Amino acid sequence: MDTDTLLVGCAAGFSGDRTDAAAPVVRTLIARGRPACLVFETLAERTLALAQLRRLDDPQAGYEPQLEAMLGPVLADCLGHGIRIVGNFGAANPVAAARKILALAGALGLSPPRVAVVAGDDLSGPSFRPLLAARSGEVTPESELISAHAYIGAEPVAAALRGGAQVVVAGRIADPVLALAPALAHFGWALDDWNRLARATMAGHLLECGAQVSGGYFADPGYKDVPDLHAIGFPIAEIDAEGNCVIGKADGTGGCVTTHTVKEQLLYEIHDPAAYLTPDVVADITAAEVRQVGENRVSLTGVAGHPRPAALKASVFSEGGWVAEGEISYAGPGAERRARLAAEILARRLPGLALRVDLIGVLSVLGDDAGRALAGRPAGAAQDVRLRVAAAARDRGDVERLLRETTALYTCGPAGGGGVRTSMRRRLHTRSCMVPREAVRTSWRMVAADE
Amino acid sequence: MSDAVKVPARRLAHARTGDKGNRCNIGVIAWHPALYPILVEQLTEEAVAAWFATRAPAKVARYLLPRLEAINFVLDEALDGGVNESLNLDSHGKALSFLLLSMPIEIPDWAVDLLAGDDPPRPSTIADRRHP
Repeated sequence: MDTDTLLVGCAAGFSGDRTDAAAPVVRTLIARGRPACLVFETLAERTLALAQLRRLDDPQAGYEPQLEAMLGPVLADCLGHGIRIVGNFGAANPVAAARKILALAGALGLSPPRVAVVAGDDLSGPSFRPLLAARSGEVTPESELISAHAYIGAEPVAAALRGGAQVVVAGRIADPVLALAPALAHFGWALDDWNRLARATMAGHLLECGAQVSGGYFADPGYKDVPDLHAIGFPIAEIDAEGNCVIGKADGTGGCVTTHTVKEQLLYEIHDPAAYLTPDVVADITAAEVRQVGENRVSLTGVAGHPRPAALKASVFSEGGWVAEGEISYAGPGAERRARLAAEILARRLPGLALRVDLIGVLSVLGDDAGRALAGRPAGAAQDVRLRVAAAARDRGDVERLLRETTALYTCGPAGGGGVRTSMRRRLHTRSCMVPREAVRTSWRMVAADE
Repeated sequence: MSDAVKVPARRLAHARTGDKGNRCNIGVIAWHPALYPILVEQLTEEAVAAWFATRAPAKVARYLLPRLEAINFVLDEALDGGVNESLNLDSHGKALSFLLLSMPIEIPDWAVDLLAGDDPPRPSTIADRRHP
């Protein structure tokens, strides 16, 4: 048996992922009987800004809302078998998340685990405003800034693990850190061991979207068939002392791990494959190779690393006004022409509001906000068409008009329109910038149950 | 007249879209090593930019990964502002991989047996090829 590998199982790829994903992964990790950890990735860019808004409403909120549902089924088994847990489920409030985990352990009758939080990513405070304004070239009025976070690296997470943490709660760490940090803590690599860091970073990259590497987001019937997709298993990476990995998945689950599922995820959200930028290393996959080394087992080798960037990426969110959407359906003969007429009526009733028009059933998601694709498409004879119109504006009152005009299509619009739905929501404005590494001080500490 | 068979790229490759801000990447992976050079030859930056013209990308960059038999396309400013700004229902642009996979690709005779999927090339062109 290969004892010098670290198993990293992934139990969530985004906030809102399945809460029953973790249990089969943990069962598999226990059965393997090797050093292992379990990671949760629950933090898309937008998720963090929404978490910050929740925290503003309630100082005890702002972490992953599903935290208890995600950890509850596996916390006892992980603590009992020495499987460390690392997640960015702290979102905008890691300390509150840590307290929640301690309370959960108490409710489960477990002795209090050592829960660490990682800090330093949050740049939302007033002291960072001049830096963010200078770096992003955009000054946000005090009242409109919602959140600013830097993508921080593996150091504080690995330090917390080496410091004995059983659970590490982070906010905006770069996603691949979820695998890199446990590997750093386990193997003790130097922080400038660029090749090893890059390899483990790409293992983390493969894991960070959960089932997207094990047959999720892959199926295309007749072309790419995936067994038992309804019961898809989440991935497990076996990382060796060189940082190379074999991707597998939880035992007794659906899905598949093939060279094709791995290649799709390897390129996911990659730009220049010679320079995948992370806080810890610049990874280069131009010479990477993937090989099927067993059933549902694929190896990744050949990843190279270059010195880490001098600056860290930060995302800044501010108030972005309002978005409104209205929908109405037309069916049967002439449906498409009636839907197009309804769109024209809305445009004439709402001068000054730039409308996005979709004819669902004819052309929608492949269209564009300016309407170029739809304009280039002659009116057809589709018989089941849902008109969707969307608009954004700074002031709520401006987009509210769209809701009223869509509803009015019932009696004032073309014949046979039905199923009106309208909605309105706040919009977030986002921008990214690079901030000097020295401006971002990261740290970690254990959280006491009675804090 | 050319008797070349044209099939959607989906029969030669599979693909996945990723997004960061207003930038979209589409990883395209050949189903078979022998199909990869055909994709490299025909899925040029210019061809992809033209196919995505209504999304008005500011730039299309192509990166070749021969060891993975894959191509990575990066389309700048193709997402109407990106996930937080676009009014598209699919503000991530998740569906764009299938727009790329609908691009017609000319394939030589020898490659027909390597194609994925179960929808055959157009019957007329099959007839042309078998009875020149």
